[in-house]
Amino acid sequence: MTDATMAYADGDPHHLRSAVAHVGPASKRIVTGYGFWIFILSDMVMFSAFFATYAVLLGQTAGGPGGRELFDLRNVAIETGFLLASSFTCGLATIAAGVRSKIWFQIAMAVTCVFGLAFLTIEGREFASLVARGAGPTRSAFLSAFFTLVGCHGMHVSAGELWLLTMMAQVFAKGFRADIQRRILCFALFWHALDIIWVAVFSVVYLLGSAI
Amino acid sequence: MSDEVQGFDNRADLAPGDEEEASIGSRLLGYVTGLGLAVLLTATSFFVAGTDLVWQPSIPVAIIVLAIAQMGVHLVFFLHITTGADNTNNILALAFGLLIVFLVIGGSLWIMANLNHNMMPMDQLMRMQR
Repeated sequence: MTDATMAYADGDPHHLRSAVAHVGPASKRIVTGYGFWIFILSDMVMFSAFFATYAVLLGQTAGGPGGRELFDLRNVAIETGFLLASSFTCGLATIAAGVRSKIWFQIAMAVTCVFGLAFLTIEGREFASLVARGAGPTRSAFLSAFFTLVGCHGMHVSAGELWLLTMMAQVFAKGFRADIQRRILCFALFWHALDIIWVAVFSVVYLLGSAI
Repeated sequence: MSDEVQGFDNRADLAPGDEEEASIGSRLLGYVTGLGLAVLLTATSFFVAGTDLVWQPSIPVAIIVLAIAQMGVHLVFFLHITTGADNTNNILALAFGLLIVFLVIGGSLWIMANLNHNMMPMDQLMRMQR
């Protein structure tokens, strides 16, 4: 019998089974990472609903202030710089975890944490100054959509900060075990994904919004 | 025959966020490249938003194109989502996610603009209700 007829006899006429690289379930690292990737994509779908809301309500200022009067683009540029830098240092932490260097991992994560906190501080002060000027989320539909979208991203960054500190503590206490490495992988995905969403935020909310 | 088929694709899958085996130097270079491109695109975005040098109606389009380009840079250099054979599952999930995102955003904008267009001006509506 030839290989082809044997494949038919096995019920695998198209050699599907032999084309798959490794037989059996994928490694736990791949399954965990893939599952978390699905979560991140669903998170992006949720953000897309907020972006759609913001885009629809962009002009509905109810006679109140619009983006042109409210947004300080210099502040936003500084925020963007901090978040981008923290994404970069998070990448450095991933490399450090890959080569199992505890010192460099903790340093890179600490810098990531500081940049993230600087981002949150600037955002918090912006929100506070908006509310103090009478442009809080209750002022108009435009401002409700603005605070929901940007606030939701800020909440994600805050949650990421807590996760970051947890990972630093876990690496300190338990070292680079396989399960800790998986959590570091997921954390890095989460942090980089937040930066992707921020790209959309500063482009759509601030740069396009300040044209209104 | 079966050896050929085996050689067809014998690389294992990659977890999203993982890179193929590489030295520290080349991995570092990847992140530095990503950072450089991202800074360049961000700076261009902010510059275009505030300049009088370009044709004004083109500015929103330019900002959106720059944002999409920067998201691509982040995906490739920071999240390591590439078109490699070992990344097929991650790309497919991303493609489906993008489909939903475009349906939600495009659909909302389309429907709401259409409703807005068909709606009677507010003062006329008020007069009819009296």
